[in-house]
Amino acid sequence: MSRLLIETSTPLCLLQDAGRFGVRHLGVTQGGALDWVSMSWANWLLGNSLDAAVVEVTLGGLTLIAQQECVLALAGADLGATLDGQPLAPWRSFAMGPDQRLQFTRPLSGARAYLAAPGGFDAPKVLGSCASVLREELGGLDGLGKPLAKGQQLGYSSQSQRVREMPGGLVPDLVANQPLDVVLGAQIGDFSGQSLFDAFNAPWTLDTRADRMGIRLLGPTLSYLGKPMISEGIPLGAIQVPPDGQPIVLLNDRQTIGGYPRLGALTPLALARLAQCLPGAVVRLSPVVQETACQEHRRFLERFAV
Amino acid sequence: MKVRIEVVAIDCLMVRLFDAIDEANMPWMLAAGQRLRAGFGDALIDLVPSYTTLMVHYDLLRLTPGAARECIVRALKDLQPDAGGMGRCHEIPVWYDRSVGPELALLAQRSGESIEQVIDRHSGREYQVFALGFAPGFAFMGLVDEQLAAPRLDTPRKRVAAGSVGIAERQTAAYPAVSPGGWNLIGRTPSKLFDRQRDGYSLLQPGDRVRFVPVSHDEFISLGGDDTPLEGQE
Repeated sequence: MSRLLIETSTPLCLLQDAGRFGVRHLGVTQGGALDWVSMSWANWLLGNSLDAAVVEVTLGGLTLIAQQECVLALAGADLGATLDGQPLAPWRSFAMGPDQRLQFTRPLSGARAYLAAPGGFDAPKVLGSCASVLREELGGLDGLGKPLAKGQQLGYSSQSQRVREMPGGLVPDLVANQPLDVVLGAQIGDFSGQSLFDAFNAPWTLDTRADRMGIRLLGPTLSYLGKPMISEGIPLGAIQVPPDGQPIVLLNDRQTIGGYPRLGALTPLALARLAQCLPGAVVRLSPVVQETACQEHRRFLERFAV
Repeated sequence: MKVRIEVVAIDCLMVRLFDAIDEANMPWMLAAGQRLRAGFGDALIDLVPSYTTLMVHYDLLRLTPGAARECIVRALKDLQPDAGGMGRCHEIPVWYDRSVGPELALLAQRSGESIEQVIDRHSGREYQVFALGFAPGFAFMGLVDEQLAAPRLDTPRKRVAAGSVGIAERQTAAYPAVSPGGWNLIGRTPSKLFDRQRDGYSLLQPGDRVRFVPVSHDEFISLGGDDTPLEGQE
């Protein structure tokens, strides 16, 4: 077993995995890593299953001190990580010796970094997952959803399986300004024509009102012309439009049901990219039909089969 | 009842059965849920039922959108309402008191009745669980006596105590855990509504029947209730 002492942390440093499934009918949120692509690569670099428990570091502020020899992997945002003061670039595995210090300082590129350990970090599975959801008191190191805290220890029990390097050309470009694909659906037919035009042509600015439940987009006011809705299930990535006309992209920790009309939902690949955007970033939305999005998603997953 | 299937995400389809909230929907909704679970089997990731809809979240690596649609159509062919009835019946003890239910007086004032009458009206009928949502184990129940219907608070409370029983419009619910909340609070239950040790986790499930039973302060405490007044918990 190898352990890492947490010297500093923030409320945005969380143990995550792919999320909690099979319990949403009870009102339990999905949870899980916001940038699942980076989580998957971090695990892939160590030969883990792609959904093994990782640490999601948002913006920085995490400092870990190795207690024993460790092998870890880092993917996702460049949060100015250093190993004993020396810069440590993401998208690679690395070794740490006893008393070496890993520090995440500030976001240089992207917003969320993912740290993986051989076999995944040790944590109790609560309702099938260790995804941390504070408001539901589920997941995390303590099983009660709390973020990582100073003084706690992160550990892992497996030997490193098969340490690998990123395949050439497959490092995601987190700053690429590619439009975010939206699977058209839900109540999209009940928005005004102008709103549909605006939704897919206007630039949208990420508001500071953003957390793991949702990210508000600022831009033209969208108007829904349909009837008031009865609450219904909300899928991951749903773009809901409350009465003020400013859309909200609903993320992993969203409520399970809700009654605001929706344009459809971002694809998982678009969500992974959105998760790396900071408030103030400008994004564009691009319409895609379900079948095409599915094919693209399946093709993308082949990358991990390398 | 007419089955409509709508795209809502890359791997989710919405199955819409009704257009209005009605207690008569429930036997159909329960039957549809069972059929969909059986029909999708391991390819089902989550099934999220609500008042009039069931959202099917399936594994997109195992089913194409077309195959998922066909699976829904097949599963719901010749659907019959669940004859097995309406789920379990629960009696949920509630200590109705102004210290833990600050809107008791407001509801009494709105209906022009005494607090005792408000309590009688709330505890005097059987409610149906329409849907779970908002938080783990939070059950939306109805329909509340029209005399008690009241809009949500203009400004939601930042902190509502676990077990708080409230009313919003013609629905009632109990908060399983501490959370923000905008419902009109009228009392508190000592019952544990969501318990990760319990089989099925949530005390209440869609289709269940619930009757609230008024209990005294002593009974509330002996059942494990926490009588900390709401104001004292800020």
